[in-house]
Amino acid sequence: MTYSSPIPEAFIYDAIRTPRGRGKSTGSLHTIKPVSLVVGLIDELRARHPGLDPAAIDDLVLGIVSPLGDQGSVLPRTAAMAAGLPDNVAGVQVNRFCGSGLEAVNTAAQKVRSGWDRLIIAGGVESMSRLPLGSDGGAWMNDPETNFATSFVPQGISADLIATIEGFTRETVDSYAERSQRLAASAWSGGYFAKSIVPVHDRNGVPVLDQDEHMRPATTAESLAGLKPSFAKLGAQGGFDAVALQRYHWVERIDHVHHAGNSSGIVDGAALVLIGDERSGTEHGLTPRGRVVATATSGADSTIMLTGPIPATRKLLAHTGLTVADIDLFEINEAFAAVPLKYAKDLGIPLEKVNVNGGAIAMGHPLGATGAMLTGTALDELERRQARRAVVTLCIGGGMGVATLIERL
Amino acid sequence: MTSYEHPMFHWHKDTDRVVTVTMDDPEQSANTMNERFRRELPALVDHLHDERDTIAGVIITSAKKTFFAGGDLGMMMRATEDQADEITRWLNDVKAALRRLETLGRPVVAAINGAALGGGYEIALACHHRIVLDTPPATVGLPEVTLGLLPGGGGTTRTVRLFGLQKALQEILLTGRKFRPAAALENGLVDAVAEDTTQLVSAAREWIAANPEPVQPWDRPGHRIPGGTPASPGLAAVLPSLPAVLRKQNNGSPAPAPHSVLAAAVEGSQVDFDNALTIESRYCAGLICGQISANIIKSMFFDMQAINRGASRPDGYPPHRAKKLVVLGAGMMGAGIAYVAAKSGIQVVLKDVTLEAAERGKGYSGKILDKAVHRGSTSPEQREEILARITPTTDPADAAGADILIEAVFEDPELKKKVIAETVEYLSPDALLGSNTSTLPITSLAEGVARPEDFIGLHFFSPVDKMALLEIVVGEKTSDATLAKAIDIGRQIAKTPIVVNDSRGFFTSRVILEFVNEAIAMVGEGVPAASIEQAATQAGYPIGALALVDELSLTLMRKIREETIAGYRAAGIEKPAHPAAAVIDRMIDSFDRKGRTAGAGFYDYADGRKQGLWSELKTCFGGTNTEVPLADMQERMLFAEALDTVRCLDENVLRSVADANIGSILGIGFPAWTGGVIQYINQYDGGLPGFVARARELAGRYGERFTPPESLVRKAENGEDYQ
Repeated sequence: MTYSSPIPEAFIYDAIRTPRGRGKSTGSLHTIKPVSLVVGLIDELRARHPGLDPAAIDDLVLGIVSPLGDQGSVLPRTAAMAAGLPDNVAGVQVNRFCGSGLEAVNTAAQKVRSGWDRLIIAGGVESMSRLPLGSDGGAWMNDPETNFATSFVPQGISADLIATIEGFTRETVDSYAERSQRLAASAWSGGYFAKSIVPVHDRNGVPVLDQDEHMRPATTAESLAGLKPSFAKLGAQGGFDAVALQRYHWVERIDHVHHAGNSSGIVDGAALVLIGDERSGTEHGLTPRGRVVATATSGADSTIMLTGPIPATRKLLAHTGLTVADIDLFEINEAFAAVPLKYAKDLGIPLEKVNVNGGAIAMGHPLGATGAMLTGTALDELERRQARRAVVTLCIGGGMGVATLIERL
Repeated sequence: MTSYEHPMFHWHKDTDRVVTVTMDDPEQSANTMNERFRRELPALVDHLHDERDTIAGVIITSAKKTFFAGGDLGMMMRATEDQADEITRWLNDVKAALRRLETLGRPVVAAINGAALGGGYEIALACHHRIVLDTPPATVGLPEVTLGLLPGGGGTTRTVRLFGLQKALQEILLTGRKFRPAAALENGLVDAVAEDTTQLVSAAREWIAANPEPVQPWDRPGHRIPGGTPASPGLAAVLPSLPAVLRKQNNGSPAPAPHSVLAAAVEGSQVDFDNALTIESRYCAGLICGQISANIIKSMFFDMQAINRGASRPDGYPPHRAKKLVVLGAGMMGAGIAYVAAKSGIQVVLKDVTLEAAERGKGYSGKILDKAVHRGSTSPEQREEILARITPTTDPADAAGADILIEAVFEDPELKKKVIAETVEYLSPDALLGSNTSTLPITSLAEGVARPEDFIGLHFFSPVDKMALLEIVVGEKTSDATLAKAIDIGRQIAKTPIVVNDSRGFFTSRVILEFVNEAIAMVGEGVPAASIEQAATQAGYPIGALALVDELSLTLMRKIREETIAGYRAAGIEKPAHPAAAVIDRMIDSFDRKGRTAGAGFYDYADGRKQGLWSELKTCFGGTNTEVPLADMQERMLFAEALDTVRCLDENVLRSVADANIGSILGIGFPAWTGGVIQYINQYDGGLPGFVARARELAGRYGERFTPPESLVRKAENGEDYQ
C-alpha cells in the first residue's frame, strides 16, 4: 500500500437496533441496564455475521448524551469488555447532543475513509428512564454567566418560536404528529423494520420487549387537540419567552403549539451500525448494504436552535453536487413537529419524501442512539423501495445540525 | 507591647476581658470602606489576634449615627477598567481581614446601633452574632445591586452559605432590600433585636459569656449550603431559568449587576468558602471598574445628593415649611398632590366645583392609605390623622390663611387664571402660587395674577404618590425667594425637585416627545412595531415607545405639535416637520386610532386592557423593513432625547447637568443604567467625540435632526465632558 492509495469506501454492513421502551420507570427497558442494551446488540451482530473476526474491530464508537452514572466511564469500552470482545477492541463515546448517534456513524465512516481504521462498530445508547434529560448539567444551561451570554432557552421554546415565525398553527403541527403515528403504525404492521429490530431479552433469555413501546396508533388530530401546550408556563414563568423574543425582536409573542403528542417521545434504546472498508467485507464474508457518501456538520442560531439540519443538509448537497431532487428519502429527527415542517419548507422537499415511516413523535428519541437508528431506518426503506439515496439529519442542542448522505448498494 | 495603628477603631477592654471596638472615622461623619478602613482593619485584627489569650470576646459597634455606611462610592465611581488588578487586591485584603476576624477563636458580636447596609452588614456577617438596636434608622441589608454593584466584602458568599442560594438571591442580594430590625430578625439577618443601648450591650456580653469558642456555620465540619448547590437535582432543575427570569425582569436591558450577583453566588456555591470569596471579588471588581456602576452611582447618589441638598436653591432665603395648602381641582393630579402634602403633615384644602368631586379626590388618599394599612406600613391611627388633614370643599373662603396654592385643573389657561383669581384673595398675603401644568408657559399664566413674582410652575408626575420627581418651572418674573420656597416645599413633601426655566414643554415634556416621535417615525419607515417596542425596552425604557404613545394619546401629540408649530411661527421660525407627524395624522385621520382611551391606537384594547399590537400596522405601514439594526433603533431613541437635552442646556431651559440626569430618570423613564440623559453622552463609547461621531452617522442615515448641536461639538473638540 502506498500513500497515493485511493480513499477507501465506508460501507455499511449492517444496522440494527433495539425496540424503544418508554423512558420512565414503567417502561419495559427501565430494568435493562444501558450496558446490557449494547451488549445484546453486539451479540446479535456476531450471531448474524459468524465470519466476522472480532479482533478485526478497531473501535466501538457510541453516541451517549448523558455519559454519567450507568452511562459513564466510557461505556463503549465497558460494553466491549462485557461483550467479551478481544482486548484490542477499543471504545469511545461521542456527544453531539441529539446528533450523537449519527455523529458516531460519521466518525466511524471518517475513520474508515481515512484508511487508518478498517472496521468500526458505530451506534449509540440512551436510557432516558435512568439518566433523564439534562442529567449532565453543563455550563450552557447551568452556568448563569454562559446561559445569559448565549440566550439559552429550552428546546420546546425554540420549537414554538419556529412554529410562530413560520405560521405553523396548532392544527398544522398536530396533523403532522398524526401522520407520524399513522406512518409508524403502518410500517410496523407492514414489517418494514423487521430486518433491524433486535428484541431485548432479560439475563435469562426471557423476552422483554420486541416493539416500539411509545407509539399511539389510535392518535387522531382530535385526540391531539385536547392536549395542553407543554412550554407555555415555562416560557412565561421561567422567563424563556422573553429571552427568545429579545433576540427575535420582530416577533410579538410566541404561540405555544407543541405538547407531548407532537414532540419526540422520551424513550430507552440502543442501535449499532457496522461500518468497514471493502476489504474487511471480503475478509469477513460481509455483504455491504450501503455506503456513507458524505457527512456534514453545521450550525444555526442557538436560541432558535432546531434549524441546524438546514445548513447541514445544504452543505452536504453542495459537497456532493446533488440537489434535493437527487435524494429519494429524507430522515429528519422529529424532535418537534415544527422541525421537519420547517426543514421541508426551507429546502423545498415534498413531504412524501420525508420520514416516510414515521419518526420520533411516534416511536421516540433515545438521544444518543437516534442518529444510528435513523441510519438503519433509511437504509431499510431504500432497500424496500429499491431506491438509491437518503439523507439522514438531526437538529441538535446549541443550534448544531448533522447530516449524512447514504447510498444503497 | 506593639502599638497598633487603628485610630478609627477605638479599643476598650474592660474588666471582664471583653474588648469593645467602636468604629469612629476621625475624618468623616460616617464609617466607610475607605483607604483608612482598608489600612486599619488588618491592624485591628492583628491586635485582636495578638491579644487573643487575654480576650474573652469582642463587641463591634459604632460611634456614628450609622453603624457603617458601606463602600467608598467616590472611589468606586472613578475606578476604570485598568484598575481591576488593584481593586481585586483591596477587596481580597478586606476579606482576608474579615476572615481572620471570624476565625479569631473568640466570640465576636456585632452590636448594630444604626444602619448597617452594604459593607456595614458585611462586617456584621463576619461576626458570630448580630444584635440590632430597635431604632427606626437601624436597617440592615445588602443594597449594592441598586448601585450597579455586588457585595464584594464577603456578603455574597456569606449570605449564600447562611440562607441558601435561592433565599440569598431572591430576598437579599437581587432585591437589595433594606430590612428594619423586626424584618431582619424574622428573616434571620440578625440574631436578636435590642430595645435600647443598655440591652444591646448586655445582650452582646451575655452571648459572649455563653459562647466562648464560636465557629461560623460555614466553618463547621459537614456544613452544607441550605437548599443545596447546583449539583443538587432540585436546584439544578430551576438553575437554567434564573438568568432567563433576570432577562425578563430587566427586559434585556444592560444589567450587569444582577447578572454578576447571580453568577458569583452560583459559582461560589460550587467551591469552598475561600475560593468563593475569590470568585466574588472578581465579579465585584468587574462591576466596580465598569461604566454602568459609575453611571448609576453618579446619578442616583451624587447627582441626587446635590439636588436634595439644594444645589439649585438660591442662597440667602430662610428655610420655609408650608403649613396650609390649597389644591384647586380634585382630579387625579390634585388628589395625588393633596395626598402627598397631607402625608407630610400639611393641612390641605381640596377644592373643586362640586363637593362630590372634591370628596372623590379625598377618597383617593383613603384608598392609598387603606392599602398601606393592609400592608402594615401605616397604622389605622396614622391613616385617620392623614385623612383628617384634607378638607374637601367648594368654597374658596376655606383657603383662608393658606401659604401655598397649587392649581391642578384642566390644561386651559383661562380656566387656570379664573380659579386662581377667585381663591387668591383668601390666601396669606405672601402665599406661593403654583401651577401644576405640564406644558403651558408659566410666564403667560402668571400674567393673570397680581403677584407674578410669587407665581411658579410645580409640575408633578402621575401617579403623584409614586413618582418622586417635581419639575419646578421658573417664569420670567418668578422671584428667587419663591424658587427657594418651592424647593423647600418639594423637599417637605418628599419629592426630588429639579429646576427649569420657562419654555414650551419645559424639560421633561419636551424631551420625552423626541423619544416617542422617533419610535413613530420608525413605524413610518416600515420597521416592525414589535421590534420598535423591543428596542425601547431593551434599551432600558420602562415600557414600549408605542405603548407610551397610546397612553399619551395620538390626539394630544398632534395638539402639542400644532401648538409648537404655531409658537415657532409666531416667533418667525419654520422648522422641518418630524417624520412622525405623517404617521400620527394617518393613524388619526385614516384609521381612527387615537390611543388607549379611544380604545384603539398602535395597540388593540379590550375593556381598556392592552391586547396586542394592531395587526393591520403591517398592511398600513409596511412592517417588514429589516434594514434598521436594533442597535440603531435603540440609539435613535436615546440620542433623540440626549441631543434635545443639549439644546435645553443651550437654551437655558435646564440649569444643571444633575437636574437633567435626575429629571430624565425619575420623570420620563430615561434608562437608569445610563446615569441619565447627559451622563449618557459623557459615558458613550469614545466619550463626547464618540457620541458626536455616532450622532453624525445617525444624521446621515435617518435625518438631520441627529446633527449634533454646535455646543456639543465644541465640547467634544475641547476634550471636555458635561459636569
